[in-house]
Amino acid sequence: MTMPGRGHRRHTLEGYLFISPWLAGFFLMTAGPMIASVYISGTSWTMLSPPVWVGGQNYARLLGDDPRFGTSLLNTLWYVAVAVPLGLLVSLLLALLLNRRVPGRGFFRTLFFLPSITNLVAVSLLWMWLLNPEYGLLNSALRMAGFDGPLWFQSERWAKPALVVMSLWGTGGTMIVFLAALQGIPEELYEAAELDGAGPFNRFVHITLPMISPAFLFNLIVGVIGSSQVFTQAYVMTGSAEPGSEGGPNNATLFVVLYLYKKAFQEFAMGYAAAIAWVLFFLILVATIVHMKLAGRWVYYEAGER
Amino acid sequence: MRPAERQGFPLVARLSLRFAGTYAALMILGGLFLIPLLWMLSVSLQDAQSMFALPFRWIPPGRPRWENYSAALSAVPFGRYLLNTSVITASVLGFTLLSCTLVAYGFSRVRFPGRDFLFALCVSTMMLPGQVTMIPLYMAYARLGWVDTYLPLIVPSVFGSPFYIFLLRQFFLTIPREYDEAALLDGAGRLRIYWSIVLPQARPAIATVALFCFIGTWNDFFGPLIYLNSPEKATLTLGLNMLKSQVIGSGSVQWHILMAASVLVMLPNILVFFLAQKQFIRGIKIGGLRG
Repeated sequence: MTMPGRGHRRHTLEGYLFISPWLAGFFLMTAGPMIASVYISGTSWTMLSPPVWVGGQNYARLLGDDPRFGTSLLNTLWYVAVAVPLGLLVSLLLALLLNRRVPGRGFFRTLFFLPSITNLVAVSLLWMWLLNPEYGLLNSALRMAGFDGPLWFQSERWAKPALVVMSLWGTGGTMIVFLAALQGIPEELYEAAELDGAGPFNRFVHITLPMISPAFLFNLIVGVIGSSQVFTQAYVMTGSAEPGSEGGPNNATLFVVLYLYKKAFQEFAMGYAAAIAWVLFFLILVATIVHMKLAGRWVYYEAGER
Repeated sequence: MRPAERQGFPLVARLSLRFAGTYAALMILGGLFLIPLLWMLSVSLQDAQSMFALPFRWIPPGRPRWENYSAALSAVPFGRYLLNTSVITASVLGFTLLSCTLVAYGFSRVRFPGRDFLFALCVSTMMLPGQVTMIPLYMAYARLGWVDTYLPLIVPSVFGSPFYIFLLRQFFLTIPREYDEAALLDGAGRLRIYWSIVLPQARPAIATVALFCFIGTWNDFFGPLIYLNSPEKATLTLGLNMLKSQVIGSGSVQWHILMAASVLVMLPNILVFFLAQKQFIRGIKIGGLRG
């Protein structure tokens, strides 16, 4: 489309006017703060006194001389490595069940999706009491069956698994994405395969899995980014009433963002906290790039879409 | 000529055979998802003795203790928190819808140099974890004297949010361009086209964004936690956590009150969810896993 010069210039002006809220936000709320954050991470700054430039010292201390950060990093990696694959598995299973055209599936879809959109603090309180070692429903059921249930959030060993169990209950969003992908698979593919004599297993492996692989990649990346920032559950469930006690028994649920929060808003070590944020960003970036690079090997895109 | 049709069973028997396994699995998993919610309701209606009964009784003898709910409502100023949360959510919702639709219109309907690059930039900022910008922003808000006000929670929405801009743009692209071009030839201005042609047709996408935004803002914990200090300014989510600290800190075990409060905090979500379930699901489809 060719435009006379003046019209063209008018389009440019109009275009920039329309996107100006985002553009202003990009400089004020994203790019500017990012640059400031690089500077802050190189200082010792408590907000009460002026900043002192310390160069790379915060990073050196974080990576070499801060066992609590090491713990928070390992806890986070553990949580991501367990919660994300289990979440993908469970939500795929739920989506596959819902994709069968059984009467009443709307009810189950609602039931599976509902927990994922409710208030996380309320959900955390619910699970805190549900997994109470003495009076909680699970342990009291286990006791009736003759087992002694674990101490869950009060035990160093079981606190993280308890958080994973809770995260599985909230996996409905992931499930809905899978379900949307499953419903987008053309029926003819299955019919053709059936005519060729492919059994249910072969149809699943050769049609369903490739067709939902883009959704799988999406859920994987979103899951890793989301669960590496796990905070609210750990903050609400594993702290006693005293501020500063969050992090669970022997720091079993001290995650990176929780540690960052404590450094920034309880100790006001802003420079150090900014450095933690950059380490977290770097890890998320590496994980995302690795997933994207590996995706070419297992993600199937229909011809013409890429 | 499905295999099932070749067999001589009556339709009902065939259906129930085919679905028996699916139903069994749905029942078991559905039970696992439902039990925590029922348990929360049951505890919220028991008294301080019966909730500790072992084994647990789902419906203890005696009447349901509705007074737990009034106790929860008076333990902390829930009405006040409800008002605070509504003010914040309504403002964020209004600004978000306005800014994101304007930006999405620019990215989808106007041709200008640099557009595709800027859109890619916008989308790529979705991956940036909020923690990176959080500390400088907090320090800036502190310097402006905005800490312990609602401004840090509301002002960012004026600039739009990349995820919602992305969703809306994808949807705007599906609205036929002929309408705009005809209106342009008739001499209508861009704002007029945005307002009276694109927005009315984009209602489903706007509804979806409004829902995501409502749920996200209503339930936000981190923002209120770091920015709001005065107890009377708290949101519902923050207030629930304060109630928890209060209950646990006092050494009492009033979990029936805490569960009643949790039910109250969840209710608006659940209501909105039931009113608009279809929008959520449609939104995920618009979000497009297809490129």
